[in-house]
Amino acid sequence: MRRRVPLTITFIFGIFMTLQFFVPHRVSQVIYQEILKWFIIIFTFSLIFGSLVLMRLHSIRIRRRTSGWGYSLVTLTSLIGMIVIGFKTGIKEGSLFMNLFNHVQVPLEATMFSILAFFMASAAYRAFRARTVDATLLLGAAIVMMIGRVPLGTFLWSGFPDLTEWILEVPSMAAKRGIMIGVGLGVISTALKIILGIERSYIGGGE
Amino acid sequence: MRGCIIFLILFTFSCFLPHSSNPQTPPSPPTDIKVFDTPNDAGRSVTITWKKSLEDTTLIEYEILRFTDPDGEGISAGKVSLGTENFEDKEVEDGVDYFYLIRAIAPIGFSDSEQVGPVRSKGQLYDTSRTNVLIGVMIYSFLLLYFIYSARKGKELFVRKIAGLDAIDEAIGRATEMGKPILFVPGISVIEDVATLASLNILSRVARKTADYKSRIIIPNRDPIVMPVCREVVREAYLSQGRPDAYREDDIYYVTYSQFGYASAVSGIMVREKPATNLFLGMFYAESLILAETGASTGAIQIAGTDAVAQLPFFITACDYTLIGEELYAASAYLSKEPMSLGSLKGQDWAKIVIGAAILIGILLTTLNITFFTNFFTI
Amino acid sequence: MKNPIFKFLTTDRRAIFLLVGLAVVIPLLAPLGLPVDITKPARDFYESIEALEPTRGPLLLSMDYDPGTVPELNPMSIALLRHCFDKNIRVVVMTLLPGGPGLAEQVTTQISQEFNNTYGEDYVYLGYKVGTAAVMLSMGEDIHGTFPLDYYGTPVGELPMMQEIKTLADIPLIVTISGTAIIESWIAYAGARYHKTIAAGATAVMVPQFYPYLQTDQLVGLLGGLKGAAEYEELVHHPDFATVGMDVQSIVHFLIVLLVIFGNIGYFIQRRSKSKV
Repeated sequence: MRRRVPLTITFIFGIFMTLQFFVPHRVSQVIYQEILKWFIIIFTFSLIFGSLVLMRLHSIRIRRRTSGWGYSLVTLTSLIGMIVIGFKTGIKEGSLFMNLFNHVQVPLEATMFSILAFFMASAAYRAFRARTVDATLLLGAAIVMMIGRVPLGTFLWSGFPDLTEWILEVPSMAAKRGIMIGVGLGVISTALKIILGIERSYIGGGE
Repeated sequence: MRGCIIFLILFTFSCFLPHSSNPQTPPSPPTDIKVFDTPNDAGRSVTITWKKSLEDTTLIEYEILRFTDPDGEGISAGKVSLGTENFEDKEVEDGVDYFYLIRAIAPIGFSDSEQVGPVRSKGQLYDTSRTNVLIGVMIYSFLLLYFIYSARKGKELFVRKIAGLDAIDEAIGRATEMGKPILFVPGISVIEDVATLASLNILSRVARKTADYKSRIIIPNRDPIVMPVCREVVREAYLSQGRPDAYREDDIYYVTYSQFGYASAVSGIMVREKPATNLFLGMFYAESLILAETGASTGAIQIAGTDAVAQLPFFITACDYTLIGEELYAASAYLSKEPMSLGSLKGQDWAKIVIGAAILIGILLTTLNITFFTNFFTI
Repeated sequence: MKNPIFKFLTTDRRAIFLLVGLAVVIPLLAPLGLPVDITKPARDFYESIEALEPTRGPLLLSMDYDPGTVPELNPMSIALLRHCFDKNIRVVVMTLLPGGPGLAEQVTTQISQEFNNTYGEDYVYLGYKVGTAAVMLSMGEDIHGTFPLDYYGTPVGELPMMQEIKTLADIPLIVTISGTAIIESWIAYAGARYHKTIAAGATAVMVPQFYPYLQTDQLVGLLGGLKGAAEYEELVHHPDFATVGMDVQSIVHFLIVLLVIFGNIGYFIQRRSKSKV
C-alpha cells in the first residue's frame, strides 16, 4: 500500500501530462495550468523547508562544537542577517540589502566562477598529452579552438574564426548529436519506466 | 459669389463619388479574404488571412473589423502594419457566429474589403501538428514495451560492460576501508529533470551498499525539492537493508540555490571532510570542473555521469570514471540487473537503429531534392 | 632528470594559477586594443533584433543568471537593451533564477535611464518567479496570470504596455541570457510548444551545448561568452566592458596553449629518458 499510492499518482499524472501535449482543448489547458500552479506553490514551500533544514543542521553543529563549527556560524549569521536586513530595509536599489548583495555576494560568486579559468588552465596542462593519434587530434582541435576564438588569433591568421566555426558546426556537432539522440532516448525510456512503475528505485527499491 | 457657385458644384459632384476613399488616390482593398477557426488551439480564436492591397506600400495600416451581425456595426478587432497578411483575433467567444472585413487605411481615406463569414471558434481535442511526435512516441514505446515484455519472459539479454558503474562498488568499499565518507552530488538540476531522476535511481543502489558496509554518505543539495526525495530514497534503502538505525538524516541537506554558492559549499565539504569517494551524477553546468578538480586535489576516487554534453570533457579530464550521456540512464538497469529494466536498454538500441535508418533515408532524399520526408520531422 | 621548470609546474598547480593571474592583470593595465571579428551566430543574433518592428509586440528578455556569471553575461544584457531602446523596441524583462532579480533590475534601470524611457510604456520588469519550466509554460497560456504583479508590486494588467500582451503569442522574440540549461528549457517549452522564436546568450563554458540548436533554427542567434558580448558591442557600435576583456581573454588563451605545448615537450622528454633506461 505504501508503494502503491505514489505509483498510482505517478501513473495518473504521467499519463495526463503526456496526453495533454496532444490535446489543445481548454479543459486540458485549465487542468494543466492548475498543475503548474501546484508545482510553483510546492517549490516555494520546499525552498522555505530547505532553508529551515539548513538552519537546523548548522545550529546543531554550532551547539555541539563539531569541527569547522565556525563556518556554520558564518553561514547561519549570513542567512539570518540577510533575511532580517531584507525585511527591515527592503530590497530596492540603494538599500542595505542590495548593497550587501552587490558588494559581497556578487564578487564572491563571480570569484568562484572565475576560478574555473584557473582550473581549466591547470587541467589542460595536466591532461592534454599527445599520447595516441586520437589524443593528438583532440589536442590539435583544442589549440585551434583556443587561438581561434580570441581576437589575437584572428590577428595572427584571418582563417582561424572560420576554422573554429567549422570544428564546432561539423565534427563537434556530429558527436554531440549522437550523444543527444542517445540521451533523448534514455530520457524517454526512464520516464516511461517511471510512469509504468517498472523503475521504482526513486521511491526506495525495486522489489 | 462666383466662388460660392464653384464650391456648390464641386460639393454636389463629390456626393456622387464613392463614399469611403480619397477621390484622388483610393487604395485598392485587400482581396481573397479567408476566415477560419484557428486550428489546433484551445478555442476562443479566429484567424483571418488576406492578400494585401495593391497600394500596400503607401498605406498606414490595416484594420480588422469584426461583426456579430452582418448588417450591424463592426468593431475593431485590431490593427496590423502594412505588408501583413494575417491576423489572429483572440477576443472572440466559442460557438458564436462572426463576420469580418479588412480595412486598408491610407494617409487620406480608406477602402474596405468584402465582408466574409460566418465563422465560429472552438477548441480542438487533438493537435494535428503534433502527429509526427505521436507516431514517434508510439513507435518508441512499442519497441520499449516489446523488449521489456520479452525480458520478462526470460529472454537472455547482453549488456556491455560500463566501467564507471562497475567501479562504484569498489569505490564504496575503499571509502569504508579508509573510514572516510562518500560524497554523492545529485546534480544541480530540478526534480523534473530526468537526469536527476536517473541520479536518484543510482543513489538508491549506492545507499544500499553504504547501509551494508556501514559507511557514511553525505548528500548536499542545490534544489530544495530534490533534497526531501534524496532523504526518502536513502531512508528507504537503509530500511530495505535492515539498517534504519544507521540512517543519518542530517547528512542530506539543502545548501543554496545559487550555482556557484553550491559549488563553493561542495568544494568546502570535499576539503574539510575529505571523502574517499565522490560521485557526481546528474545534470551539471559550469561548476562541473570546479567540483571535479577540487575532488581530484583531495585524492578521492571520482565517478561522474551526466548528459550535459558540454560538461563531459571536464569530467573526463578530472574524474577516474565518467558515464557519458545515456550511460547515466542505463545505470539503474545495469546495477539492478532486473530483466525488465535491461529489456528497455534493448529497446533503446533498436530505436537508435530506426533513427539511424531515418537519418540515412533523409540524407538520400534531401540530396535528391525530395523534401517531404525531412519536412515530416518538423515540429 | 626532470626539467626544474617542468617539475615546478607539475608538482604545484599554484604556479599555473599565478601565471594565469598575471595574464589577466597585465593586459588590463596595458591594453592591446585588438579588433574584434564578428562570427555568424553573433551577427544572426543582431539581425534578429534588427528585424523587429517597434509597432509589433515587445521583446521578452529573460536574464536567467545570478551573481556568479555576471561578468560574462551582464555585458550582453546591457548591449541588448541599448540596441532595443535605440530602435524604440519595447522590452519585457524577467528572470528565472532567485539570484537574478536585483541584477536584472539594476541593468534595466541603468540603460532605460540612458534613453529616458518610461516604465510601463517602453519597458516592464516582471521580476522573478519560481518554477522555470512551469513559468514558461504558464506564460504560454497567460502572462498576466503567471505574473499578476510586476517587480514593483503594480498589477501587470494596469501597465499600458501590457494591455495587448496576454500570452507568449504576443511576443515576437524571446531572448534568454544564461549560464545554465534554462536556455534549453526555453527552446523546449516556448520554442517547440508555443512556436516562439528564440535567441540566446550563454557563458563560454556552456555555449558548445547550444550549437546544435542554431543549425536547426531553434535558436536564431547565439552570443557565446565575453567574446560574443564583445562582438555584439561592436555591432551596436558601443564598445564597453566586454571589448576591454578581449585582450585579457586573448592572452590567457595563448598562455594555456603555451602551457599545453610545454607540458607535451616535458612529456616527450620524460618518455624518451624512460625508454633509454
